[in-house]
Amino acid sequence: MTEPRAADARPNTLRRTRAGKQSLARRYAAERRFRSYGLLAIGFALLSLALLLGSIIHRGLPAFIHHEVRLELHFDPVLLGIERATAPEAFAFADCEALLRASLQSFFPEARERRARRELFALLSAGAGFELCATLAAQPALLGSRGARSLPLSSDADRYFKGEVNAALPESERRLSDRQLAWLDALAAAGRIERRFAMRFFTGGDSREPELAGVLGALVGSFWTLLVTLLLSFPVGVAAAVYLEEFAPKGRLIDLVEVNINNLAAVPSIVFGLLGLAVFLNFFGLPRSVPLVGGMVLALMTLPTVIIASRSALLAVPPSIREAALGVGASPLQVVMHHVLPLALPGILTGAIIGMARALGETAPLLMIGMVAFIVDIPGGPLEPASALPVQVFLWADSPERAFEARTSAAILLLLTFLVAMNLTAVLLRSRFERRY
Amino acid sequence: MNSAATKISTRGLNVFYGDKQALFDVNLDLRRNQVTALIGPSGCGKSTFIRCINRMNDVIEGCRVRGKVILDEEDIYCDDIDVVQLRARVGMVFQKPNPFPKSVYDNVAYGARIHGLADTPGELDEIVMTSLERAGLLDEVRDRLSDPGTGLSGGQQQRLCIARAIAVSPEVILMDEPCSSLDPIASARIEELIGELSENYTIVIVTHSMQQAARVSQRAAFFHLGAVVEEGETSRIFTDPSDERTRDYITGRFG
Ligand SMILES: Nc1ncnc2c1ncn2[C@@H]1O[C@H](COP(=O)(O)OP(=O)(O)OP(=O)(O)O)[C@@H](O)[C@H]1O
Ligand SMILES: [Mg+2]
Repeated sequence: MTEPRAADARPNTLRRTRAGKQSLARRYAAERRFRSYGLLAIGFALLSLALLLGSIIHRGLPAFIHHEVRLELHFDPVLLGIERATAPEAFAFADCEALLRASLQSFFPEARERRARRELFALLSAGAGFELCATLAAQPALLGSRGARSLPLSSDADRYFKGEVNAALPESERRLSDRQLAWLDALAAAGRIERRFAMRFFTGGDSREPELAGVLGALVGSFWTLLVTLLLSFPVGVAAAVYLEEFAPKGRLIDLVEVNINNLAAVPSIVFGLLGLAVFLNFFGLPRSVPLVGGMVLALMTLPTVIIASRSALLAVPPSIREAALGVGASPLQVVMHHVLPLALPGILTGAIIGMARALGETAPLLMIGMVAFIVDIPGGPLEPASALPVQVFLWADSPERAFEARTSAAILLLLTFLVAMNLTAVLLRSRFERRY
Repeated sequence: MNSAATKISTRGLNVFYGDKQALFDVNLDLRRNQVTALIGPSGCGKSTFIRCINRMNDVIEGCRVRGKVILDEEDIYCDDIDVVQLRARVGMVFQKPNPFPKSVYDNVAYGARIHGLADTPGELDEIVMTSLERAGLLDEVRDRLSDPGTGLSGGQQQRLCIARAIAVSPEVILMDEPCSSLDPIASARIEELIGELSENYTIVIVTHSMQQAARVSQRAAFFHLGAVVEEGETSRIFTDPSDERTRDYITGRFG
């Protein structure tokens, strides 16, 4: 190939003049710079996310493990203070603690005086006696027998085995005394300490004792709340969107409604809480702390999101489909029900799921209507007092016991898992039912 | 004017989009069981006119129709006319094939279903099959009836839309540039089909192809700037147009 002469009038002369070369180089450099800014931004975002997640996981993981101690027990009716023949209800009054005390005492006979005994029994969780009584009530045949049982340690003892207690600190600055540490070491040496998956975290309600506190109560509370939210906001939101998008005559009034809906979507959630407090509780006199009211408040908050998402999903259905259906003589309602709504449904569901995910993570409005109470029982329905997952996080984060720190992070992990699962569902829905027209 | 031969006639038809007038005093008679071609330069109001006949303009924001459109001696813009029933009598095929994102079968069966034309599944099958047959599509889709209609080729989709329109047994079929997105072979099939269908249906077709208008239609109307300039037998319009503008348009001088 011969070098083209300067006079050669080829259309692309830019590359061959010096100015042209310079401008080209500048353009490439600008493009490279822009791309690296973008990469930098994404890198920063990912790093922050990784740090956040990493620290939460690191802090939350210990909460999924709990140490238990295996004790030899004699289910002695005399010690329990009940007769052999009594009905199961009697176990409620049984002195199960006495069994535990006797067992520990026989293991460490040297702990005789009052203080030593108290310190010794403090190694066990305050809930150990209750659990034992519950087992007895379920299996009355155990009465009089002997056997080994695993029972939860107190959260302080548990933290010692997790390496979170610094034995090098002076005794007065630790929650466990030298004596207690020695006993724990002795129990471990005797092979009595067991490392278990902390089932209680998933099966228990809230408790003042960190080792007994579980998320189930909050989880069920969140479930009832979200159920109410979904049942209220989804049909109402979709109906409103369908009316606004498909039937409403365009005009001033509809514009006004639209502006207001968009504004509502941006209202801080606590305002909805105040509204709920003023209207649902004070005016209508609905009960406090119940998922029904929480769900109603969150439904108000979610409604604008659902309406906006549904409207844009409806708008994305091509007009040609509407025309086709109208053209064969479908009524406007049939057009919507048979064609537009089914096609818009994935988008509507995506919006609803994202709205629900936001509702799941919402705390402030629930505080306003009293869903922040300390509730031990698992709520059996939307009319029983309950808390919710994010509120539980809030409560635990506020608790002084050190062991609640891990619970808090573990509860956050659970909350994040649910949020990710919901958002993933939304993404899958969207990609799965991607426009097929 | 011979009313027995006239299926549709418009009298003093004016259409406005907001403040803009798109049709000016259109008086046109469309004959029964004939193909009438509407021709004219882009933006002259052909689509607007054809959409008046099944009141598709009703759904357009800000569109107002003044004047009369008489279908079998009934003014379809009368208050006591049910638009849904009207659209079952006057079917429409659009410029771009727009099958529902459903199966081939459901596409054709849809109209019959909502109008309750079939009492048993067997009758519905019968309607679907004859419609596909008449649209000249049956042989190609016989074993793909449950496949999505959107998976067919462009020409097949357009014939599917025709089958869908005739499944509700309309009296009139409106076609707005039905071949504009099709290749010549697919167009030829549709043209052939139009010829066959005109035995049973009154057909109004908008087209930009003079050859196509000449091939398929018995009568033609030339629109210009929202008014009908000339109307008559296709053969006469194409060989001996009486208006200057028609002659210019047909010979390709503008448009
Ligand atoms: N929805 C609408 N809103 C406002 N003006 C419209 C609308 N539809 C059509 N018009 C106007 O009405 C006039 C006639 O339009 P129409 O679509 O009937 O023309 P046409 O003859 O079908 O043109 P083409 O051959 O390009 O399809 C045009 O000037 C157009 O701009
Ligand atoms: Mg047009």
